[in-house]
Amino acid sequence: MYSDKVIDHFTNPRNVGVIIDADGIGEKVSSSCGDRMKVFLKVVDGVIEDLKFQTYGCGAAIASSSMMSELVIGKTLDEAQALTNDAVAEALDGLPDPKLHCSNLAADALHDAIKNYQGEGA
Amino acid sequence: MKRIYMDNNATTAVRPAVLEAMLPFYKEQFGNPSSIHWAGKSVSSAVDGARAQVAALINCQPEEIIFTSCGSEGDALAIKGSAEFLRDKGNHIITTAVEHPAVLNCCKYLEKQGFEVTVLAVDGEGMIDLAELEAAICERTILISAMWGNNETGTLFPVAEIGAIARKHKVRFHTDAVQAVGRVPVDVRASEVDLLTISGHKFGAPKGVGALYVRKGMGLTPLFHGGHQERNKRAGTHNVPGIVGLGVACKLAAADLAVQEGRIRALRDRLEQGILSSIPEVQVNGHRQQRLPNTLNISFAYIEGEAILLFLDMKGVAASSGSACMSDSFGQSHVIGAMGVDAMMANSNIRFGLGLDNTEEDVDFVLEILPEIIQKLRDMSPFYSERAAS
Repeated sequence: MYSDKVIDHFTNPRNVGVIIDADGIGEKVSSSCGDRMKVFLKVVDGVIEDLKFQTYGCGAAIASSSMMSELVIGKTLDEAQALTNDAVAEALDGLPDPKLHCSNLAADALHDAIKNYQGEGA
Repeated sequence: MKRIYMDNNATTAVRPAVLEAMLPFYKEQFGNPSSIHWAGKSVSSAVDGARAQVAALINCQPEEIIFTSCGSEGDALAIKGSAEFLRDKGNHIITTAVEHPAVLNCCKYLEKQGFEVTVLAVDGEGMIDLAELEAAICERTILISAMWGNNETGTLFPVAEIGAIARKHKVRFHTDAVQAVGRVPVDVRASEVDLLTISGHKFGAPKGVGALYVRKGMGLTPLFHGGHQERNKRAGTHNVPGIVGLGVACKLAAADLAVQEGRIRALRDRLEQGILSSIPEVQVNGHRQQRLPNTLNISFAYIEGEAILLFLDMKGVAASSGSACMSDSFGQSHVIGAMGVDAMMANSNIRFGLGLDNTEEDVDFVLEILPEIIQKLRDMSPFYSERAAS
């Protein structure tokens, strides 16, 4: 039911963990299934230099978190801000319909972390 | 990779002797049992033979067995068929919060048709309160439907005591025994059951065949109106190969149930004890003693069930989380929810349903791989690191 990419990212998730002195921390809890994602950002000159995450959830939620981290590390905050949940699911070669809501965590948690960083910086 | 199947509450493999017995009824013995000619007659006696085998397993008369297509049909025929048949006697039905959707959704449908349904709550081990059951009975009560063994947790209801209460108040009693028949002794006489649902594929018969025990004298309005089959209670040409298979599965269960029950219980206990002693912060869901011998439902704090299943599957181990029927939605299990299990624990419940083919090596393999899977997922979970930090 899952694509090879989902299985790959679920089995070997990239960038799991925390950043102790993070510049921004964001979080998203799914209202439908209770899945939860936390994102830690390290930002240098408007570029996401490092990102770590922690996720509580199913295979789709973990794979989406991992894929999101790969998509935005090295990108500018503006580019990261433009990342959508759909784009994360697409990069995973799609998710089964009932699982799409699980991928909705990743971009939302990222945007929450950016907001947190910008709020702190302002 | 070795494949280990521990999802026998979802379905079982057809037992080899069952398949063997079925095959002639796809080939030379293809007749319709309702026909009077040579092709029909031998087939008709095979259906009678299967009826006697099913009856023998649950201690009833052969004419009290109605063949159906599945467990859901048996439940629907028992509940909707009783409700409609008894409509002028009353409109109140009592059931429990942990029934299979095949029962609960029939009751919901009947509510829309003007019936009143009392849904009994369960305690933390998934057990009903018999005093509450008796207090719920009123003069309009026409049916009690309470399962024998729960499909998710394995909790066994005190069926004989429910039967005695039902008998005392002259209320009809149906039990969904889909998970129990073939796994634990089931005796409809001793338990004073009026209607009992059986599904073939839960104990070595194929999918697509089941049976409903209907105590003599219990009228039912059929679901299908048509031919005269099954004493006018279930129209439709008999699924002869399936029925023959169900009969043989019942015969095999009658012969080896006592031995297998003990063997499988020992395997289940080995699995349960092994997990409890190697993985911290786990919780067994269901009744510790009154439980199907093959079922272990267990929750792992801080992580989610589907992710555990995926890792188990990658190692060749098939188990399930919640009810298999819900695998598309992953909504919280209504059974675990009714037991008041904390939401995070409910979300990580894994059901191991052991079966005839499982061995001690299978159990030990699961015990070998599971701690690493649980730790890997915990290491990713924000709840786990927050708990470790606090």
